[in-house]
Amino acid sequence: MEFILAILIGIFYASGLYMMLRRSLVKLIIGLILIGNGANLLIFLLGRITKGLPPIIPGESPVFLKAYADPIPQALILTAIVISFGLQSFAIVLVKRAYSVVKTDDLDQMNSTDQFS
Amino acid sequence: MKTIILKTASNYLLPLLMLFSFFILLRGHYLPGGGFVGGLIAAIAFVLHAFANGLENTKHLIRIHPGFLMPVGLALAFTSGLAPIFYAGLPFMTGIWFPEPLSVIGMVGSALFFDIGVYLVVIGVSLTIIFTITESA
Amino acid sequence: MIQHIVLYPILIQVFIAILLLFCWSRVHWQKVISVVGSFLSLGIAIILFITTWNEGTLTVQAGGWDAPFGISFVSDTFAATLILLTAISGLAVSVFSVGTILPARLKFGYLPIFHFLLLGLNGAFLTGDIFNLYVWFEVIIISSFVLITIGGEKAQLEGALKYFTLNIFASMIFLTAVAVLYGITGSLNMADLSIKVAAIENRGLVEVSAVLFLIGFGIKSALFPLYFWLPASYHTPPPAVSAIFGGLLTKVGVYAIIRVFTLIFVGDVFLENIILTLAGFTLVSGALGALVQNNIVKIFSYLIICHIGYMILGLGLVSELAIAGAVFYLIHDIIVKTNLFMVSGLIYRIKGTFSMRDLGGLYAKYPLLSLLMAIPFFSLVGIPPLSGFWPKLALITESFKMSNYWLIAAVLFATFITFYLIAKIWSEVFWKEGKVLPKLYNFRYFDKLKLEKKVQIVAPIIFLAFVSLFIGFGAEYIQQLALRVANELTNNQHYVQSVLGEQMIAN
Repeated sequence: MEFILAILIGIFYASGLYMMLRRSLVKLIIGLILIGNGANLLIFLLGRITKGLPPIIPGESPVFLKAYADPIPQALILTAIVISFGLQSFAIVLVKRAYSVVKTDDLDQMNSTDQFS
Repeated sequence: MKTIILKTASNYLLPLLMLFSFFILLRGHYLPGGGFVGGLIAAIAFVLHAFANGLENTKHLIRIHPGFLMPVGLALAFTSGLAPIFYAGLPFMTGIWFPEPLSVIGMVGSALFFDIGVYLVVIGVSLTIIFTITESA
Repeated sequence: MIQHIVLYPILIQVFIAILLLFCWSRVHWQKVISVVGSFLSLGIAIILFITTWNEGTLTVQAGGWDAPFGISFVSDTFAATLILLTAISGLAVSVFSVGTILPARLKFGYLPIFHFLLLGLNGAFLTGDIFNLYVWFEVIIISSFVLITIGGEKAQLEGALKYFTLNIFASMIFLTAVAVLYGITGSLNMADLSIKVAAIENRGLVEVSAVLFLIGFGIKSALFPLYFWLPASYHTPPPAVSAIFGGLLTKVGVYAIIRVFTLIFVGDVFLENIILTLAGFTLVSGALGALVQNNIVKIFSYLIICHIGYMILGLGLVSELAIAGAVFYLIHDIIVKTNLFMVSGLIYRIKGTFSMRDLGGLYAKYPLLSLLMAIPFFSLVGIPPLSGFWPKLALITESFKMSNYWLIAAVLFATFITFYLIAKIWSEVFWKEGKVLPKLYNFRYFDKLKLEKKVQIVAPIIFLAFVSLFIGFGAEYIQQLALRVANELTNNQHYVQSVLGEQMIAN
């Protein structure tokens, strides 16, 4: 399971980077989303995958009885998902505005702020 | 979208989804759920209504501007965080609880008010975003 | 409880932002609340600084959950100093925004977002948890995206797109680094990480995580090969936005680099060499970039990059005196860069252009204002009694001790180019015979403004000029402060003890 997830994360990062390096604005956003999902999966994987175990230890047991699920990665991923939800919706609006103002979705055409003036 | 099936269904689904979102909000302290998910479900209820009946009707249904929910929710969450400092001299955001459980809701504490704040903010933010995108499309 | 004061700089900004959101369409009230609130937060920052100075490091555990499990907020001298500087520049920029930002932008929530940005900055400086730092960084970048795009002009949107993409990418790398670090240590509390990372056998993984952090923060603080978003975007928004960006945003990246590499990843020669090399290249390439520009805001943007090099250099040299130099430079740079962008805003108000070719004759028309503007310009260069001189002295002395002559050459080169550029700006903008420019239609020139507006534009510049004069002439106190910060950073047991408590260390 870990092995498959590790390969999947690699694919997410690689395809995300590939999409970001395209010239189209929409592909740029898709790339960012893919990398974000890759990072979330990575946190999930590095929190050690445990199957069907509760994260909460009963109050009466003084020590950790046996293996238990780590709740922190889930909290982290949830936070990261919430943040990326906000960022992505902003990104979509921004790209839409930029497209209607600059009138192109080719990133190579958007170089007026870099030009010497 | 003018389909009569969706239109009829959305009229029944709106109150059901709202109820479900409250349920999710209230069970969120110990079980899966909470303010964020509840807020998203409530927002989806309104978005579905907007798909079926048009944006104007949904806005008329909500009456207030959804953006106004953001400061209200933030203020609620903020005060629930501040409450332990002023009531008990405990650090920011420490959970303080009423001693007796209420019927139906169960134990009520500052965490519940924080979650309600999150719920309102999420509804406000998602509806503002979606309405803005829909209007400019 | 005296510890509660650690959270107040964060809470006050949330409070102001909520109040401002309630007055969404009442722009006049927003202006009053923003300025009054900034004064209050300056007061709180001063109290926090004095308390931290007297009592030592203060810690508060949010929610009452104990240290390695909950989120800690820590105010050591470094954090308290930066909170104070944020409050000072925040106040200045708040007044300057009230004076210069167009009503159309204020109506779209400029001021609430501005205070959310300050909230993020305060949170990032105070937090003692690495994931919480990520969350504050996101608060900062989301607010800055809104500030940079508000108004929606063509150049703004193009600049914002580059700024946006690279900053999100940096956040993703930061998140990946946090994930790797959590995977190898199982902890997120920075004090706890400091102990756990030191005990890890597999140094390769630690180094991977460290380099990821360096890249993530490096993009945010505009280090050498990662800075191209900065000159493409910083000149596009209104000068008030550029001022807070130029003064504080890149410095949060520097703060994070200094914090992470003095607390968590300590004593790694490989990383120190990377940091030194990056610092040298940042100094040289930033200076060269600034050299060819004609637009004064673009020159300042490249100078931001160039001067980031000094602070990173101080960190890379590791010795206590060098870190003190870097901290001193950070203190000086926040105030001066904020002021420089506000000065460029004032120049734009007077003449209606940023181009050095068209500007001129400012000294003949406004001699007193020109003298005022000379203070930040010459502090930036570091003409001896002014504030930029002292930290460079410390950095060069320390580089000599390491007999690292390439670095000394880079520092001197960057200083020399800065000096040349300031001299060029001075002669082109102030001394050169002024051209008669075509009158801009629908543009409120400075001499046509009401007295109230003029005060709102000039007062913050005077305020920050006085602060930088104090940093220059009171260098003894600042050096004392910087040395104390450096001492706390190099001996990090104190920080760790304050967060985890005595008994946790024993276990």
